[in-house]
Amino acid sequence: MKYSSVNKRSSAGRTRLLAIWTALWVASLALLVFGNIFLWEGNTTITAVLLIINFLLGIGMIVANIKHLESLDELQRKIHLEAMGISLGIALVLGISYSTMDVTNLITFDAEISHLVIVIGISYFAGVVIGQYRYR
Amino acid sequence: MKNRIKILRAEHDLTQGELAKQLDVSRQTINAIEKGKFDPSLPLAFKLARLFEKTIEEIFEAEE
Repeated sequence: MKYSSVNKRSSAGRTRLLAIWTALWVASLALLVFGNIFLWEGNTTITAVLLIINFLLGIGMIVANIKHLESLDELQRKIHLEAMGISLGIALVLGISYSTMDVTNLITFDAEISHLVIVIGISYFAGVVIGQYRYR
Repeated sequence: MKNRIKILRAEHDLTQGELAKQLDVSRQTINAIEKGKFDPSLPLAFKLARLFEKTIEEIFEAEE
Protein backbone atom coordinates (compact mmCIF):
# COMPACT_ATOMS: atom_id res chain seq x y z
CA MET A 1 0.00 0.00 0.00
CA LYS A 2 1.36 3.39 -0.97
CA TYR A 3 1.18 6.52 1.18
CA SER A 4 -0.02 8.73 -1.66
CA SER A 5 -2.73 6.40 -2.87
CA VAL A 6 -4.09 4.82 0.27
CA ASN A 7 -2.69 6.36 3.45
CA LYS A 8 -2.98 9.93 2.22
CA ARG A 9 -6.59 9.32 1.29
CA SER A 10 -7.25 7.58 4.57
CA SER A 11 -5.43 10.38 6.41
CA ALA A 12 -7.62 12.96 4.68
CA GLY A 13 -10.68 10.84 5.44
CA ARG A 14 -9.74 10.56 9.09
CA THR A 15 -9.09 14.31 9.29
CA ARG A 16 -12.58 14.86 7.89
CA LEU A 17 -14.02 12.41 10.43
CA LEU A 18 -12.22 14.21 13.25
CA ALA A 19 -13.66 17.53 12.02
CA ILE A 20 -17.18 16.03 11.95
CA TRP A 21 -16.89 14.57 15.47
CA THR A 22 -15.46 17.85 16.78
CA ALA A 23 -18.23 19.90 15.13
CA LEU A 24 -20.88 17.57 16.61
CA TRP A 25 -19.32 17.83 20.06
CA VAL A 26 -19.14 21.65 19.92
CA ALA A 27 -22.71 21.89 18.57
CA SER A 28 -24.05 19.59 21.31
CA LEU A 29 -22.22 21.67 23.93
CA ALA A 30 -23.67 24.90 22.53
CA LEU A 31 -27.15 23.37 22.47
CA LEU A 32 -26.71 22.14 26.04
CA VAL A 33 -25.57 25.50 27.41
CA PHE A 34 -27.80 27.87 25.42
CA GLY A 35 -30.78 25.51 25.23
CA ASN A 36 -30.78 25.26 29.01
CA ILE A 37 -31.13 29.05 29.19
CA PHE A 38 -33.32 29.89 26.17
CA LEU A 39 -35.21 26.74 25.10
CA TRP A 40 -36.19 24.42 27.95
CA GLU A 41 -35.38 26.88 30.77
CA GLY A 42 -33.69 24.62 33.29
CA ASN A 43 -35.57 21.33 32.70
CA THR A 44 -33.07 19.00 34.38
CA THR A 45 -34.15 15.86 32.46
CA ILE A 46 -33.47 17.43 29.04
CA THR A 47 -30.22 18.94 30.34
CA ALA A 48 -29.06 15.57 31.74
CA VAL A 49 -29.89 13.72 28.49
CA LEU A 50 -28.03 16.30 26.41
CA LEU A 51 -25.10 16.19 28.82
CA ILE A 52 -24.85 12.41 28.30
CA ILE A 53 -25.05 12.89 24.50
CA ASN A 54 -22.36 15.58 24.70
CA PHE A 55 -20.16 13.25 26.78
CA LEU A 56 -20.58 10.37 24.30
CA LEU A 57 -19.83 12.67 21.36
CA GLY A 58 -16.71 13.78 23.27
CA ILE A 59 -15.57 10.15 23.52
CA GLY A 60 -16.19 9.77 19.78
CA MET A 61 -14.06 12.84 19.17
CA ILE A 62 -11.21 11.41 21.26
CA VAL A 63 -11.33 8.10 19.33
CA ALA A 64 -11.40 10.01 16.02
CA ASN A 65 -8.36 12.00 17.16
CA ILE A 66 -6.44 8.82 18.01
CA LYS A 67 -7.32 7.31 14.61
CA HIS A 68 -6.28 10.55 12.91
CA LEU A 69 -2.87 10.38 14.61
CA GLU A 70 -2.51 6.72 13.57
CA SER A 71 -3.09 7.69 9.93
CA LEU A 72 -0.16 10.12 9.92
CA ASP A 73 3.39 9.13 8.92
CA GLU A 74 6.25 9.17 11.42
CA LEU A 75 7.39 12.77 10.81
CA GLN A 76 3.86 14.14 11.03
CA ARG A 77 3.34 12.19 14.26
CA LYS A 78 6.55 13.70 15.67
CA ILE A 79 5.32 17.20 14.74
CA HIS A 80 2.01 16.58 16.52
CA LEU A 81 3.74 15.00 19.53
CA GLU A 82 5.99 18.05 19.93
CA ALA A 83 2.98 20.37 19.52
CA MET A 84 1.12 18.40 22.21
CA GLY A 85 4.15 18.69 24.52
CA ILE A 86 4.27 22.46 24.03
CA SER A 87 0.52 22.75 24.47
CA LEU A 88 0.43 20.60 27.63
CA GLY A 89 3.34 22.51 29.17
CA ILE A 90 1.83 25.90 28.43
CA ALA A 91 -1.60 24.79 29.67
CA LEU A 92 -0.12 23.49 32.93
CA VAL A 93 2.12 26.47 33.66
CA LEU A 94 -0.32 29.17 32.53
CA GLY A 95 -3.30 27.32 34.02
CA ILE A 96 -1.71 27.16 37.48
CA SER A 97 -0.54 30.79 37.27
CA TYR A 98 -4.00 31.90 36.14
CA SER A 99 -5.72 29.95 38.91
CA THR A 100 -3.28 31.33 41.49
CA MET A 101 -3.96 34.88 40.26
CA ASP A 102 -7.65 34.25 40.88
CA VAL A 103 -7.14 32.70 44.33
CA THR A 104 -4.82 35.52 45.45
CA ASN A 105 -7.12 38.17 43.93
CA LEU A 106 -4.46 39.50 41.58
CA ILE A 107 -7.20 39.56 38.94
CA THR A 108 -10.63 41.03 39.58
CA PHE A 109 -12.54 38.45 37.51
CA ASP A 110 -12.95 34.68 37.92
CA ALA A 111 -10.48 32.37 36.15
CA GLU A 112 -12.56 30.52 33.53
CA ILE A 113 -11.71 27.06 32.14
CA SER A 114 -12.78 28.32 28.68
CA HIS A 115 -9.82 30.73 28.67
CA LEU A 116 -7.49 27.78 29.25
CA VAL A 117 -9.14 25.82 26.43
CA ILE A 118 -8.47 28.74 24.07
CA VAL A 119 -4.81 28.83 25.18
CA ILE A 120 -4.50 25.05 24.60
CA GLY A 121 -6.01 25.37 21.11
CA ILE A 122 -3.82 28.31 20.08
CA SER A 123 -0.60 26.80 21.49
CA TYR A 124 -1.31 23.43 19.82
CA PHE A 125 -1.96 25.11 16.48
CA ALA A 126 1.18 27.24 16.85
CA GLY A 127 3.17 24.11 17.76
CA VAL A 128 2.02 22.32 14.58
CA VAL A 129 2.81 25.37 12.41
CA ILE A 130 6.29 25.70 13.98
CA GLY A 131 6.89 21.95 13.46
CA GLN A 132 5.82 22.10 9.80
CA TYR A 133 8.20 25.04 9.31
CA ARG A 134 11.10 23.30 11.11
CA TYR A 135 10.86 20.08 9.10
CA ARG A 136 9.89 21.56 5.73
CA MET B 1 22.68 11.63 11.02
CA LYS B 2 24.23 11.96 7.55
CA ASN B 3 22.79 9.95 4.69
CA ARG B 4 23.20 9.27 0.96
CA ILE B 5 19.51 9.24 0.07
CA LYS B 6 19.65 12.22 -2.28
CA ILE B 7 22.49 10.57 -4.26
CA LEU B 8 20.81 7.16 -4.32
CA ARG B 9 17.54 8.77 -5.34
CA ALA B 10 19.26 10.51 -8.24
CA GLU B 11 20.96 7.25 -9.26
CA HIS B 12 17.57 5.55 -9.37
CA ASP B 13 16.04 8.55 -11.14
CA LEU B 14 13.39 9.05 -8.49
CA THR B 15 11.77 12.29 -7.36
CA GLN B 16 11.12 12.87 -3.65
CA GLY B 17 7.43 12.31 -4.32
CA GLU B 18 8.03 9.00 -6.10
CA LEU B 19 10.31 7.77 -3.33
CA ALA B 20 7.78 8.86 -0.72
CA LYS B 21 5.08 6.93 -2.58
CA GLN B 22 7.18 3.75 -2.63
CA LEU B 23 7.99 4.07 1.08
CA ASP B 24 4.45 4.90 2.15
CA VAL B 25 5.39 8.25 3.72
CA SER B 26 4.88 11.92 2.83
CA ARG B 27 7.22 13.87 0.54
CA GLN B 28 7.92 16.19 3.48
CA THR B 29 9.34 13.22 5.40
CA ILE B 30 11.75 12.31 2.57
CA ASN B 31 12.84 15.94 2.31
CA ALA B 32 13.44 16.21 6.08
CA ILE B 33 15.45 12.95 6.09
CA GLU B 34 17.58 14.05 3.13
CA LYS B 35 18.35 17.36 4.83
CA GLY B 36 19.28 15.54 8.05
CA LYS B 37 16.50 17.29 9.97
CA PHE B 38 14.73 14.06 10.82
CA ASP B 39 16.11 10.59 11.55
CA PRO B 40 13.86 7.82 10.22
CA SER B 41 12.65 4.93 12.34
CA LEU B 42 14.39 1.56 12.00
CA PRO B 43 11.53 0.06 9.90
CA LEU B 44 11.71 3.02 7.48
CA ALA B 45 15.51 2.75 7.31
CA PHE B 46 15.14 -0.97 6.43
CA LYS B 47 12.58 -0.09 3.74
CA LEU B 48 15.05 2.41 2.25
CA ALA B 49 17.86 -0.14 2.39
CA ARG B 50 15.71 -2.79 0.66
CA LEU B 51 14.55 -0.34 -2.00
CA PHE B 52 18.08 0.80 -2.89
CA GLU B 53 19.53 -2.73 -2.35
CA LYS B 54 22.06 -1.42 0.18
CA THR B 55 22.76 -2.05 3.83
CA ILE B 56 21.62 0.55 6.34
CA GLU B 57 25.28 1.41 7.02
CA GLU B 58 25.79 2.14 3.33
CA ILE B 59 22.98 4.69 3.43
CA PHE B 60 23.29 6.21 6.89
CA GLU B 61 26.34 7.41 8.75
CA ALA B 62 26.13 8.20 12.44
CA GLU B 63 27.72 11.50 13.44
CA GLU B 64 30.07 11.30 16.41
